[in-house]
Amino acid sequence: MAAVSTAVPLPVTTGFEPRPRRGGRVVGTARVVIFVLFAAYYLMPVVAAFEFTVRGTTGYNLSSWAYILSQPDLTATLGLSLKIAVGTIAISLLMMVPTVVWVHLRAPRLRRVIEAVSVLPLVIPAVVLVVGVLSAFQGLPNVIKGTPVILSLEYVILAMPYTYRVLDSGVGAIDLKTLVEAARGLGASWLEVLLRVIVPNLRSSILFSAFLTLALVLGEFTMASLMLFNTFPVWIVQVGQSQAQGAVAVSIFSLVFAWFLLFAFSLLGARRRGSRRRRSA
Amino acid sequence: MVAPAGTPAVRGRAARRPAPDRGTGPRSRGLSRTRFLGRWAGLAPFALYAALFLGVPTVSVVIGSFQDNSGHPTLSNVSAAAHGIYLRAFLESIRLSAAAAVIGAVLGLVLALAMASSPRGRLLRHVVTSASGVFANVGGVPLAFMFIATLGNLGMVTRALAAMGLDIYNAGFSLFSFTGLVVVYVYFEIPLMVLMILPAVDGLKIQWGEAAANLGASRWRYWRHVGGPLLLPAFLGALLLLFTNAFAAYATAYALTTGTIPIVPIQIGSLLSGNVLVDQQNLGKALGLGMILVVAVVMALYAWLQRRTSRWLR
Repeated sequence: MAAVSTAVPLPVTTGFEPRPRRGGRVVGTARVVIFVLFAAYYLMPVVAAFEFTVRGTTGYNLSSWAYILSQPDLTATLGLSLKIAVGTIAISLLMMVPTVVWVHLRAPRLRRVIEAVSVLPLVIPAVVLVVGVLSAFQGLPNVIKGTPVILSLEYVILAMPYTYRVLDSGVGAIDLKTLVEAARGLGASWLEVLLRVIVPNLRSSILFSAFLTLALVLGEFTMASLMLFNTFPVWIVQVGQSQAQGAVAVSIFSLVFAWFLLFAFSLLGARRRGSRRRRSA
Repeated sequence: MVAPAGTPAVRGRAARRPAPDRGTGPRSRGLSRTRFLGRWAGLAPFALYAALFLGVPTVSVVIGSFQDNSGHPTLSNVSAAAHGIYLRAFLESIRLSAAAAVIGAVLGLVLALAMASSPRGRLLRHVVTSASGVFANVGGVPLAFMFIATLGNLGMVTRALAAMGLDIYNAGFSLFSFTGLVVVYVYFEIPLMVLMILPAVDGLKIQWGEAAANLGASRWRYWRHVGGPLLLPAFLGALLLLFTNAFAAYATAYALTTGTIPIVPIQIGSLLSGNVLVDQQNLGKALGLGMILVVAVVMALYAWLQRRTSRWLR
């Protein structure tokens, strides 16, 4: 990109020769400065947060980390959040993958409609949705509305804009029609087509949408706190009311945890992609 | 966002357009009948789910905002939501979201452009997009606490600046004020912007730049007449999404200010938690309706812009 590629030489000199792009070096320096500034802006809070957690009255120590790690609520609330996340991801994928495939294959004209529905959760903020949930589902059995099950069910909605978008672009990137017709032509049932042809081809999209859902659930505070469930983010705020250093420590922990998960997910996706390329070569 | 490496050129609709194989092949008759029946049947699970867990609560908010506590129709909730402290809360919310969205969008665009034009793009892109994925999803609560450690009264940056003779809290800055919230909101708006604008920036084909250069255009003229107009709808669209994102945010503001800053989500939250008079139980719904209306207007603009964008970037 730095230099203009003149792959198509002009047959005659027209007087409009491509000008060499000037100032490449200046632009390059500006780019480095931009990256350094952004890196500083993004790393500063991380560094500052860590410094804050180890700051003692006289010197530095790890007491706030020890305090946090000794709290039984850490594993309890994180466990609850993870369970909710697993439920959300399962419902999300079971519902969204067939829907997206169906729209592409059978009802392309309804694609706009589904897309519009899928972004509706962005129009209705979580804090408003929770008002509606609390008043509309008063009559539901307690198994649903009184347990974190309701959170899973509603988080599927909150994650829908992202899940749909990721899966939709994933399906758009494969030649779905040919794959399905080939598989059907060879005698595969619809279930086999879905599980053994489509899902493996969508693997990286599915993984990415699962990651986004997981990140959303692990960070969701609004609904959980207003519906009085003690999830991980709700617990962080509780800790913060008495022990600011501890809360900052858990915040770093959750950031690193999210990073680790993203890394694991992208590793899974990359390994798969690599093996596919090798096979086709 | 997650384009597999194996499919560089063939993407999306363009790939499928020249294949109208209607009525060819031995199976087409059976297929078209299933297509007719199945078009709706296959979407039933999704439609039912959305209706139940999104539609029902929303309708209950809308209806509830026009009812009093015993269910009789009234306009008093809506009227209360549009006057006095609640009107000011709406204005404050809009101001905050607009500031965060504009700053975040501009900075995010700068970062995306710098990244797209970088010669060593691949690794850098991987680092920036995955970091954006994390930072955009960190969630408000951890973010709020990390900023307390950075720019709070005892934060590292606050203390470092004070040691250099600049006491920002004496100069009028507070993390727990409007300005402070903007600083924190921008932190999660930029990564979101990068993730949203990157496909559009990538959609600017190098060949267009080359064509412009071949025709004698300077870089400035290229951006003025080609790149800029192409990016503008995508930029404005992303800006609107950033606005709604900030407008709906509750966790950051709550964790930072423990509910003292008067923005609409916080007001709804405290109405729900029962920090107010009991006879106003439907006022929260009226505020919710107001939020839905504001976001709906913004999203309608967004949909319009999307149509313009997709005309170019396919």
